[in-house]
Amino acid sequence: MARTSRRLTPWLFLLAPLTLLITFTYAPIANMVAYSFTDWDGVSPELRYTGAENYREIFTREDLFQVFWVSGYYLAASVVQIVVALYFATILSFDVRFRNFFKGVLFFPSLVNGVAIGFVFLYFFQDGGTLDTVLGLFGRHTDHAWLGTPVSANVSLAGVSVWRYLGMNFVLFLGAIQSIPGELYEAAELDGAGRWHQFRHIILPGIRPVLTLTVVLSVSGSLSAFEIPYIMTGGATGTETFVIQTVKLAFQFNKTGLASAAAVVLLLIILLVTWVQRRLVPDDRVDLV
Amino acid sequence: MTRRAVARALVYLSLTGAALVVLLPLGVVFLTSLKTENETASGSGALTPPDDPLNFHNYVTAFRDGGMLTAFGNTAFILVVSVGGTVLIGSMTAYAIDRFTFRFRKAVIALFLVAALVPGVTTQVATFQIVHSLGMFDTRWAPIALYMGTDIVSIYIFLQFVRSIPVSLDEAARLDGANAFTIYRKIIFPLLRPAIATVVIVKGIAVYNDFYIPFLYMPSQDLGVISTSLFRFKGPYAAHWETISAGAVLVILPTLIVFLALQRYIYNGFTSGATR
Repeated sequence: MARTSRRLTPWLFLLAPLTLLITFTYAPIANMVAYSFTDWDGVSPELRYTGAENYREIFTREDLFQVFWVSGYYLAASVVQIVVALYFATILSFDVRFRNFFKGVLFFPSLVNGVAIGFVFLYFFQDGGTLDTVLGLFGRHTDHAWLGTPVSANVSLAGVSVWRYLGMNFVLFLGAIQSIPGELYEAAELDGAGRWHQFRHIILPGIRPVLTLTVVLSVSGSLSAFEIPYIMTGGATGTETFVIQTVKLAFQFNKTGLASAAAVVLLLIILLVTWVQRRLVPDDRVDLV
Repeated sequence: MTRRAVARALVYLSLTGAALVVLLPLGVVFLTSLKTENETASGSGALTPPDDPLNFHNYVTAFRDGGMLTAFGNTAFILVVSVGGTVLIGSMTAYAIDRFTFRFRKAVIALFLVAALVPGVTTQVATFQIVHSLGMFDTRWAPIALYMGTDIVSIYIFLQFVRSIPVSLDEAARLDGANAFTIYRKIIFPLLRPAIATVVIVKGIAVYNDFYIPFLYMPSQDLGVISTSLFRFKGPYAAHWETISAGAVLVILPTLIVFLALQRYIYNGFTSGATR
């Protein structure tokens, strides 16, 4: 009796978490894969098996595939984001005046509500809005419709996403840099190494795990960009991203089967990127076990 | 000037530039929120200060017509229940995984680990059907269940902490006749306080700011949370930037206050939350 109850105890603790995990993560994945081979509309009781038709459609229909090109803007933006965040994290880990103020200012945007950010920047990019006014101060009177053409709109939106997420990368890098023992810098300085050499030979190797993690998160983040473009343009003027398209397919056009296939493709890409990272940095502490 | 002085000047220049880039868009929206309809309509320029700096009229309009009271109420309810649930679920999972050896333990760990790799946005199409079939669609329970059910990061944070609590404490309590539940309740849970603070902050901010889940699962007007209410608010006020700005400031303000009050914990929370 005592032995069976002891064997049952951990399962009592795991009952709720496992139920939630299976219901809201694993069951959806299984269903999604199943839907992706059908032409289901999400409502009718009938599902017709259509084989790989949905997948063929995603990769061959120009209008469906073009959302991947939009991810390119966000990918490029995340390169900028990582470099700039690394620069500020390095500067602010050394002694600088008003350090906490700058830290706070850089980090604050990552805590702000996405809808609010969307509105702030809609006003920013408006005709005669903040950006035009600031440019006017420098004598450049552009009456530019920043969100009016696909290239300019996507660059603007990707810029907003840099503004929003830079602080998160910055804080991660800062934490990692500060965990590097201080004696290393002292020793390097005695050897006459300048700031650049310290960065190149101490900081960069010291934060490698966090850096690769950030790269992976940036790739998957770029592929699944949703909030900023949805709130600001609703996907108009060529700014539709993968997730916006999937949401529209599933919930506006009732193409659950096609949307599921799209989601499976996205999931596979993200898992692939993560897998590559794990191979590249095997010492990344995955010590959940 | 020496080379070093030039370098220092450039460092401060870049920092000031970055601070301006962050603060300018926010500052302008704050200025705009204090202007009257005539001032914005006359195109007085985004950087000009409002005529009356104490004009809070737009805030009243935004608060009333945006249904902000309901929105804050709904957000508060969802926030409290799902953050509380996350703390309970996360700490129980961590306790069970760390303190017991049982069959399929490795498999259970793997289930949680693999789930951490799956981004929530990708599975929403199918999750939607499940939430619907459970009758939770368009109720506050849909976001609550989803927030509680998918938070692997908090489980990880708790696990790190449970590990640092000496097992000898458990054993001493067991000798005194305590069972597993008493040990969890009286020893583990109270000692987890720093981890609980971290999870409450990180999860709280995530839930407060989330748009995707409430937008998909709670289309009813009266179930609006602050993100969705602010989003819908734009429709009828499309050209009234002074009112929309006031709405945005209303939503940002609580975040700013929490950030200024809890700065240190927030930095630590996000670092331990994201690096896992």
